[in-house]
Amino acid sequence: MISSSSDNVTKLNSINRRMFITSSLKFFIMVGIVSRLFFLQVKENKKYLTLSDKNRIREWKLAPVRGEFRDYFGNVIAGNFEAYQLHVIPEQVEDFRYVIYRLKDLLELSDRQFNKILKKKKENKPWETLIVSDNLSWEKFSKINNHLYDLNGVKPVISISRNYPYKEDFTHVIGYVSQANEVDIENTSIIKKNFVPGLKVGKIGLEKTFEEKLIGSNDIERYEVNAYGRRISQLEFQKGERGKTLKLTIDTKVQQLANELLKDQAGSICVMDIYTGSIIAMHSSPSFDPNLFVFGISQDEWQMIRNNPMKPLLNKTLQGNYSPGSTIKPIVALSALENGIINPNFTVRCTGKTEMYDQTYHCWKKEGHGYMNLRNAMKQSCDTYFYEIARKLGVDKLSETAKKFGLGKKVFGNLFEIEKDGLIPNTQWKKNALGKGWLLGETMITGIGQGYIQTTPIQLCLMTAQIANGGYKIYPNLVINENNSKKLDKFIPLYKNSKNIRIIQDAMFSSTNEVMGTSYRSRIDNIKYQFAGKTGTAQVKKITEKDRELDLKTFQIPYEERDHALYVAFGPYKQPRYALSILVEHGGNGSTTAAPMAKKLFKLVIDRHELRQSIKNKRYMDI
Amino acid sequence: MYQHSRLNKNNLDILQKVKNFDYILLICILLLGFISLATMYSTDGGQILFHTKSHFIKLAVFTVMMIFFSFINIKYWFSIGYLSYLGIAILLICTYFFGISSSGSKRWIDLYFINLQPSELMKIFIILCLAKYFHRMKLQNVNSIYTILTSLIIILLPMGLVIVQPDLGTSILIAISGIAVLWFAGVNYKYFIYTLLGFVISLPFIIAFLKPYQKLRVLSFLNPDRDPLGAGYQIIQSKIAVGSGGVFGKGFLKGTQSYLEFLPEKHTDFIFTLFSEEFGFIGSAVLLLIYAIIIYRIVVIGANSRSYFAKIFCYSFGASIFVYITINMSMVLGLLPIVGSPLPIMSYGGSSMLATMTGFGIVMSSRVHNQQSIA
Repeated sequence: MISSSSDNVTKLNSINRRMFITSSLKFFIMVGIVSRLFFLQVKENKKYLTLSDKNRIREWKLAPVRGEFRDYFGNVIAGNFEAYQLHVIPEQVEDFRYVIYRLKDLLELSDRQFNKILKKKKENKPWETLIVSDNLSWEKFSKINNHLYDLNGVKPVISISRNYPYKEDFTHVIGYVSQANEVDIENTSIIKKNFVPGLKVGKIGLEKTFEEKLIGSNDIERYEVNAYGRRISQLEFQKGERGKTLKLTIDTKVQQLANELLKDQAGSICVMDIYTGSIIAMHSSPSFDPNLFVFGISQDEWQMIRNNPMKPLLNKTLQGNYSPGSTIKPIVALSALENGIINPNFTVRCTGKTEMYDQTYHCWKKEGHGYMNLRNAMKQSCDTYFYEIARKLGVDKLSETAKKFGLGKKVFGNLFEIEKDGLIPNTQWKKNALGKGWLLGETMITGIGQGYIQTTPIQLCLMTAQIANGGYKIYPNLVINENNSKKLDKFIPLYKNSKNIRIIQDAMFSSTNEVMGTSYRSRIDNIKYQFAGKTGTAQVKKITEKDRELDLKTFQIPYEERDHALYVAFGPYKQPRYALSILVEHGGNGSTTAAPMAKKLFKLVIDRHELRQSIKNKRYMDI
Repeated sequence: MYQHSRLNKNNLDILQKVKNFDYILLICILLLGFISLATMYSTDGGQILFHTKSHFIKLAVFTVMMIFFSFINIKYWFSIGYLSYLGIAILLICTYFFGISSSGSKRWIDLYFINLQPSELMKIFIILCLAKYFHRMKLQNVNSIYTILTSLIIILLPMGLVIVQPDLGTSILIAISGIAVLWFAGVNYKYFIYTLLGFVISLPFIIAFLKPYQKLRVLSFLNPDRDPLGAGYQIIQSKIAVGSGGVFGKGFLKGTQSYLEFLPEKHTDFIFTLFSEEFGFIGSAVLLLIYAIIIYRIVVIGANSRSYFAKIFCYSFGASIFVYITINMSMVLGLLPIVGSPLPIMSYGGSSMLATMTGFGIVMSSRVHNQQSIA
């Protein structure tokens, strides 16, 4: 009993000792855990809170609302419209197969479209929105709405998209938008920044040039998502900024008339304010409907546009390099006067052809014009006269004057990336480009706007405008308030003697308003509308002796071999305000094809002048 | 002495037994039960769904059971020490042969009215068995080779049966419960030191024998960022949840990590993470305090028990509970590799709760019958 009880005591001592050790250990471990908790929850709280938010919050960007284009009078020429779309979220659909086949029937989808949708569905997550149709007609949209009871999980959605109400009228000015591709995203940082699937960006024209201003910024939706990426609730909606609305100098009415005049023909019309350089109209024909591109053009329609022999994709106003033909003559005459080569009374006898340097140079009038002074030569567009003064002037002096008046270089600078320079040749150029010496004969044909010389219609318009305004430099512009760089040399005189400009203006007046003038038949006698101009007929192919003998009428020549018809003019003559250039590809003859268009244009432009001015005054009053 | 023997003779009536209850312990257990219920409600996304209902039923049934167990005289618990151990060992063997397979392991046995995880019960009954074994042993006999070997067999048998399930985590916890008894029974320090040294030395070899997924867990523990969406995912998300809770927590039912399903195993092993996210550092500290009080009360009950058996049981059970809590929390706080170990009472799981509540019942019984000596 004693031994047992002493054993009990030692046992109790042992267990209590060990209990003490254990308790101390427990205490330290407990402190360890609490300090770990303190470390995670108090000290590192910020870090883990951020991580937790990163876990749970996901952002969705929505397509920004693109800025509009408006014409001078505020009409929307590239706007936004509500596109009717059908969205399906596959996981919310009980029987996806049934719904999709039902939709196929209702929307009359082709097998190709249908397979495309199925493919897209496979690529998406089941809770991601599947766009079944991005631009439904109202009929189909309402049809779907009527069948919604049968289409569980199908959501009719109204989304905002680009719309060009004037269809082909403005295509070559503002261009079009279409889905951004990899190249767009790669090359333009603002597209990269605002990119969302389905984003439409400018592909050509001003839509592309002003992408940064037009694009706006995304609406941002912040959602709480779970571990599988499913949206649980919306936390925030951050409204994006709408893209900037750009106002153009163009008058839609004039632009529409230009389109109408060039209907079924290939060509270009531009109209310009000779003092401000504002473009009133700028059209290249044939054009195409930019709306086709917004949701992706179909292969058939694309082939139609691409294979059209009149080349609708080409912006002829800016990209078309044409021989100016006789429309260059005012510059040739001006250059000769300015350089003191001739005076207005300088006379040449035209016999219909000139033999020189073993070549025969023909005047357009076989029987010849007889004795011609400067005014008459311009009026009747006598080629022989201009061969002679060009020969005396030399190509280098001619090119200097031509370049001064805006020929041979881009009119809009960087505004359009497609714009071409044209070509004003001189001896140096030929040596550099072709490695050959300049021939005197080449100077002579340059004098009537043939040979190497090439200009774009917009350059001819600028040239005419600068003659019309008395010889002062202007900078054409299309977009109001977007000409950031103030040009210092604006309105500097381009002439040596202003009298010479008056002489040229008067000669052009005679060409339109006096008997025997080449565009006499297109004149307007009313002083309010009276204009002065110069016709041009640019040869497309060299005229052989055989052709001369045949002397075919325009309609008898195959289309591709017909001459281009050109016309440049300004008006009203007494108080010039507007200049224009017209080009009709293979139009045959400047005086019969191009000049009559000018008559209609001037009538409308001058009629609308006061309206235009009133808008301008109002603009100032608003400020 | 006489007084004691006189009291011994007297069987306590119900009223006295109720008076003898450790109310602090009881309140703490009930409080813990309430907290666990609220947390379970949160894991169900703020609705009373399956887990909450099931947890509530288990909690209610097992609490009643615990109170019932408290009234059973400690000497009866003593008497069933070996038998219960054997019974559960047999259940483990049955589990090996007839167990329910789920996700590659057989841990459950179908007892017709209930699915049971016998390994969880073993955590308690191994203590009961070993406590009985050492109860009458003289201190000088404790360190005899025979005793040590016998007790090692008692520990290794269920360990082996659980390892083959396979369930490494539980088998380690069973071993720890057994070792705790050996420690309090007075097994020489040197054995513990040698075992520890041996364990450390053989650690590389043990790792070599681990299953690939277990190796992955060790590697992810060492560097969770090596595979943040794979093996490291649980521990990273768990740390984010706890860390983002801050001082005051995100608020009840507002734990985004768990609500948005970033947390793995949020009902069971990672329940503390959810609690900690919603109630913050203060909530976690309070929870730890409740656990600390429970363990403290268990130790105090042991210290005040007249019988050596009750003493050794309470101490060992207290130490085991402490180890369970420590391992679970260290695991979710990124201090230990992930081993499947539930947080007592808080985690969802019937067998674990049954075992823990049985343990509490026996402790309470020692308290109620603290003057009972066992011959």
